[in-house]
Amino acid sequence: MATNSALMGFVHRRRRGAELFLLVLALIVGIGAYAAVGLGVDGEVPTNLIGYGGWLTLLVVAAHVAVRIVAPYADPVLLPVVAALNGLGLAIIHRIDLAKDTGLASQQLTWMTLGVVLFVGTLIVLPDHRLLARFTYTSGLTAIALLILPMIPGLGTQINGARIWISLGPFSFQPGEIAKMLLVITFAGYLVVHRDALALAGRRVVFVDLPRGRDLGPILMMWVVSLGILVLQRDLGSSLLFFGLFLVMLYVATERPGWLVVGALLFFGGAAVAFRIFSHVQSRVDIWLDPFADADSSGYQLVQALYGFAWGGLVGRGLGEGMPQRVPYVESDFILAAIGEELGLTAVMAVLLLYGLVVERALRAALISRDGFGKLVATGLAAVFALQVFVVIGGVTRLIPLTGLTTPFLSYGGSSLVANWVIIAILLRISDQARRPLPDLAADDAADPDDQATQVVKVMPEWR
Amino acid sequence: MNKPIRAVSIFCMFLFLALMANVTYVQFWKSDDYNTDPRNARVAEASYSRERGQILVGDKPVAESKKSDDRYKYLRVYPESGARMFAPITGYLQLGSQTGIERSQNAVLTGEDPQLFVTRLVDLLKGDTAQGGNVVLTVDPDAQKAAFEGLRDTLGPQGEGSVVAIQPKTGRILAMASYPSYDPNELATHDSAAASEAYQALDADEREPLLNRALRTRLFPGSTFKLVTAAAAIESGKYHSGDDVPAGASYQPPGTSHQIGNDGRGQCSPAKVTFATAMEWSCNTTFARLAVDVGPEKMREQAEAFGFNSTSLLDLQGQVQSVYPTGVDVPEDQDDGGGGTRELSLAETAQTGIGQNTVQSTPLQMAMVTAAIANQGKLMRPYLVDKVQTAGFNVLRTTEPEVLNESAVSAETAGELTELLVSTVTDGTASPAAIPGVSVAGKTGTAQRGDTVCNAGGKPPYAWFVSFAPAQDAEVAVAVMIEEAPDRACSEIAGGQLGGPIAKAVMEAVLKK
Repeated sequence: MATNSALMGFVHRRRRGAELFLLVLALIVGIGAYAAVGLGVDGEVPTNLIGYGGWLTLLVVAAHVAVRIVAPYADPVLLPVVAALNGLGLAIIHRIDLAKDTGLASQQLTWMTLGVVLFVGTLIVLPDHRLLARFTYTSGLTAIALLILPMIPGLGTQINGARIWISLGPFSFQPGEIAKMLLVITFAGYLVVHRDALALAGRRVVFVDLPRGRDLGPILMMWVVSLGILVLQRDLGSSLLFFGLFLVMLYVATERPGWLVVGALLFFGGAAVAFRIFSHVQSRVDIWLDPFADADSSGYQLVQALYGFAWGGLVGRGLGEGMPQRVPYVESDFILAAIGEELGLTAVMAVLLLYGLVVERALRAALISRDGFGKLVATGLAAVFALQVFVVIGGVTRLIPLTGLTTPFLSYGGSSLVANWVIIAILLRISDQARRPLPDLAADDAADPDDQATQVVKVMPEWR
Repeated sequence: MNKPIRAVSIFCMFLFLALMANVTYVQFWKSDDYNTDPRNARVAEASYSRERGQILVGDKPVAESKKSDDRYKYLRVYPESGARMFAPITGYLQLGSQTGIERSQNAVLTGEDPQLFVTRLVDLLKGDTAQGGNVVLTVDPDAQKAAFEGLRDTLGPQGEGSVVAIQPKTGRILAMASYPSYDPNELATHDSAAASEAYQALDADEREPLLNRALRTRLFPGSTFKLVTAAAAIESGKYHSGDDVPAGASYQPPGTSHQIGNDGRGQCSPAKVTFATAMEWSCNTTFARLAVDVGPEKMREQAEAFGFNSTSLLDLQGQVQSVYPTGVDVPEDQDDGGGGTRELSLAETAQTGIGQNTVQSTPLQMAMVTAAIANQGKLMRPYLVDKVQTAGFNVLRTTEPEVLNESAVSAETAGELTELLVSTVTDGTASPAAIPGVSVAGKTGTAQRGDTVCNAGGKPPYAWFVSFAPAQDAEVAVAVMIEEAPDRACSEIAGGQLGGPIAKAVMEAVLKK
């Protein structure tokens, strides 16, 4: 909490007008893309464009109004960026619907509605993010319970080799998406309390401060949980995500790079062992090294995605002019391949920049946040976002071995979309708290130098 | 905690930079590799269902895309009237593969060609779907019809043969017929089971209807190769068209006991005859002697000047090289060294002089030889694509004629050869190609397949005919090759008798305009 902008005399403006303007741009992207899909595929504007556009506008305006009322100082960029991503994702899913004759886009719109409702709900119910610190252990237990749920026979469903789904009647749900958010809260709550112990004790070995053995407990526990996910659920992506998230938060909390060294060693050790023992890990690596070796079966999905990206080139084939349906699961994990094919490198870059902006705004909120818990939660959520984008897009474009994760806000999938909207709500809440001007106490006790030097912390409100 | 948060920011930035660099690599640097990967069915399917440009002969399409309401948007249609006639040229379009012009001009027809970039950009901006460009062929529809129907009617339903006609001054291919042919519509149908069945049947057919004989079938050119021998002899300076040349009833080349005869043509029996007589009656003894006199190296040089031992056609894939032997393999177990190759012996050279031994030619190659002589010795590169147009028929590119060999023979030699060939039509074996009122130059060829002749129960010979007209300012040079004509009596199969009328019909079709 070295540089607190409020202390330097700088007061953030609300910038809600800017947010509204950016939201209009985001709506133009989303509705425009939807209309372009209809023009490209059927040669006419979709008949339900008015209804669709109206609903999308309604959702976005509702979110904006909620922010304006309950979080007036929140970051003005985050909401428009995710609205644009979500709108683009809907249009692309609609495009894939037309190719595959499915109806996923309307389901996704329903999920988005639920996501926005929960977004608004979170902002209203959570007037201060520090309230979440009360649920450190509750949310930790819930997260572990959620992660175990898919293992329960009859409830869990194995899809594509990964046992990360639960089915309740017609609904299937990916509890891991909720768990990652709960884990961020747990880690933040735990670390903000124990950071001194973790940070100060230890010994120095070759320029690196290594932590004490007894402090290794939590990191080892997290390592075991990650490995457990990998082994029991065969979910490479989530395993990597949770462990990476924990490492980043540990490092930020303790300010000691030594944890990163220990974590990296543990990670690579675990990865090496997993590679030797588990055939599904090996096959993922083999596909990554040479997807064309078995282009018709195991490498098929990645090879088709690469062909799709290449086919799109710089500016893409145009919506409706490509064949995104050739890539299996193009509407979920591989949705970026559809964007790359039909909208080209240009759009892929734009999407990456939008993701980069989300991460940047989240980290900015962390930087200016006035409390350690807020900093940790914001950093953790930013890290989750960045890692997830890196792991899934890196996998789809053959930068790293493929692991199964959804592309935030773009991919078809209710649990992921809803969870991400709640994540954005929490980030907005943290940034609202951080950017909100301090109560003007100087007017009362300007003469007392001690008071001025004291860190002013807003009194925690009662839970409504 | 801000210091590590900044470190995390930088780390995240590197993650995103890595993603951006990698996706640029995939979509920009590697995209050509991926797009041209033969396993990439996406590209194939896209070009299959797209509206391709037309292939035009004159102003009529011989291949066009028609809207289709099945799983692909467009069906490639080869108009029924010319489908079989033009099939060896157009080829056919299937999912993932094309042949013929469909293949060689694929980039233009699909619109991917860089020349069509501006058109494509305009289409993109106007929101139209990009259309492919058109390809206009050099083919003269009347000549093509005369060639194809001539083969079909002369050879009978079981026949096999080919005709190539070239405009000597430019190298434009005016006709390229191959018989038997196939209906490309059967192969281009969207019913993939039917298409594959049709392909199986055509592929299994012993008469090889899918083969473009004009550039893929190499046979002994027989007496038509005497054009090359005569050219080499005149170029050597030792002989001229007005001179007497050695002949004789039979000739035993040095170093062999094998006799070369004249198949009973008594005109060749004197020890010396005029060059014109030797050409008119296709005296084997004369041309065998000339070849020996000139020697194998000069013979080879002359053949290669006309295009033997190389390929020249860029507009269709699969042209096979016509052969004048570059040497003879020496068996490994020979006493004096063995292995490697040696130069032709005089006996072998004598045989090459009459288009036997291992001399082999495609119909296209013989048409090129004829066209070069007709064009004062200048050999032009043969070509089929006249123009490339946008979908809106604006001409993007017109093929400029290209000289392949400035003087395959000198203009004087070409003139002398023309005299000899004109008299071969007026007074000799090539008389069936005579056109009233037009000076025609021509030569027959009847190449034995083995040692036995027809009346001794041997296989029927290959029949050839080459000609050009008008002799002094040629507009068309034709080569006719007849591989099989089982409906004709063996003794009937001779270059003049079968090939002459076909060549005449093709020349008339061109000259009529």
